Amino acid sequence: MSAGLEVTGLGVRLGRAQVLTNVGLAAAPGSWTAVIGPNGAGKSTLLRAVLGVVAHTGAVRWDDDALDTAPRRERARRIAYAPQLPVLPEGVTTRDYVALGRTPHRPLLAAPRAADRAVVEETMARLELGALADRVLTTLSGGEQQRAVLARALAQQPQVLLLDEPTAALDLGHAQQVLDLVDRLRRTDGLTVLSTLHDLSLAGQYADRLVLLAAGRVVADGTPAQVLTPDALRTHYGARATVVPGPDGPAVLPVRD
Amino acid sequence: MRARPTAHLVGAGGVLVAAVLVGVGVGALPLAPGPVLATLADRAVRPLGGSVNGGLGPVQAAALLQLRLPRVVLAVLVGGALAIAGAAYQGVFRNPLADPYLLGAAAGAGLGATLVIAYAPGSGAVPVAAFVGALVGVGASFALGTAAGGSSSATLLLAGVAVASFLAAGQTLVQQRNAEDLQQVYGWLLGQLGRASWSEVLLVLPYLGAAVAVLLVSGRALDVLAVGDDEARSLGVHPGRLRLLVVVAASLATASAVAVSGLIGFVGLVVPHVARKLVGGAHAVLLPMSLLAGGAFLVLADLLARTVLAPAELPLGVVTAFVGAPFFAALLWSRRR
Repeated sequence: MSAGLEVTGLGVRLGRAQVLTNVGLAAAPGSWTAVIGPNGAGKSTLLRAVLGVVAHTGAVRWDDDALDTAPRRERARRIAYAPQLPVLPEGVTTRDYVALGRTPHRPLLAAPRAADRAVVEETMARLELGALADRVLTTLSGGEQQRAVLARALAQQPQVLLLDEPTAALDLGHAQQVLDLVDRLRRTDGLTVLSTLHDLSLAGQYADRLVLLAAGRVVADGTPAQVLTPDALRTHYGARATVVPGPDGPAVLPVRD
Repeated sequence: MRARPTAHLVGAGGVLVAAVLVGVGVGALPLAPGPVLATLADRAVRPLGGSVNGGLGPVQAAALLQLRLPRVVLAVLVGGALAIAGAAYQGVFRNPLADPYLLGAAAGAGLGATLVIAYAPGSGAVPVAAFVGALVGVGASFALGTAAGGSSSATLLLAGVAVASFLAAGQTLVQQRNAEDLQQVYGWLLGQLGRASWSEVLLVLPYLGAAVAVLLVSGRALDVLAVGDDEARSLGVHPGRLRLLVVVAASLATASAVAVSGLIGFVGLVVPHVARKLVGGAHAVLLPMSLLAGGAFLVLADLLARTVLAPAELPLGVVTAFVGAPFFAALLWSRRR
């Protein structure tokens, strides 16, 4: 059995601010871990540190291999990342954009090979982007763009998928579509998903495990039912809410007092 | 909808060849395309002991080989270099307003050329001074940008603004102190190919060729940079190193062009946008397309510059903007959604 993703003693300083302190988490292969926490808790920074694009102390391992010291290309074959606000290049077709996901698998300056093109077509088909392949990316709707960003990440054929607020720009229906898609992918491909989700009810419905960050530290870690408690919401979010158990996990219902 | 990119590249290549034939053919002494091609073919096979009939007479051949052809070839090189450098700058900085002169290349070249015109007239050192000045300008921008904030593109742009205004102030000061050279300085600043000869072509070809070759192969890397630094890193790429490589190559191409032609505006800013409208934003196609279109455009602009008020010549930079701006406006208008 593989050990999955392991983060230990992670610390990040940005300028004079200590953004993350001694963060640890473990994610089994094929699991979905959602990082939650109030604004400014360090959720996005945690993802970017795992990705290896911000300097950090501590260790990030996959299957007991240190990822933070691995060459960047090698790491890119293991971990893919979809940021909260992806930069969508101008005048580029969906197919060309998804094909960027093959970058770590081929020499940087070389043209894509037949195998790369096959992965791109297959990924687009799975994400129902086939009909949009020749459309210019910036002309797609928000939900379609989010699927294209996911497709680019999946074309990397990673073991770990880092999603920073994958539903931030989407309405509820499209958010559920994207999360259903991610859920299906991790179940069929054994993809390990680490995401931030600011919508606590969605986090409770979809993730196996929640990690609650507050002021850069892990203050709760466990199943959604263990982490999402009215007490925790009051203490760390300053929120008044009740937690309603549902068939697929707890939902958070804000109350006035 | 777009046609296949290769079809566009072949088409642009055809336009470039046609522009070259028109460029060498039109003038006080008209030269027909057929005999021009025959003469060129004859020159090409003569070292091998062959010959091609139907060429130009000796006077016409001399006009072609010593006057028209070097000038047209230089226009192709300069226009292509400025356009591909502009496309590369726009890609690297993810900024549609970026152009080859952005990082102090123009101001540095201007200062270098003005110093030579003012203090060492007739020394023939203007091209070298412009070349060195352009590289010093970009180098200073890079040093300042790196010292101020690592490899971020916004810091580099701002450093370029600071360096460019400093060097431009120096150029204005020198120019103002030597008002008698004003006309010559202006003539240089506005761009010209009137003194083109094979020696100038040979002077810039090695630098320009190397720089353009690097830019042509870095198209796919620029596509990766286009998604932003974090995502580029997540795809296994080092954005800072890539940006350095591309900016150095684009600056070398710009400095080479500036050295032999002065400051020709507009080509580096707008030709890449025209190319993008035609072939889309994928750099592996956009860069060669810009190269071909820039070369063809400058040949035709130079043709206008030397024929409209013949025998007087218009400044090339004025023609490129005067012809190019309405064309670009029309293109924007016709492609509006």
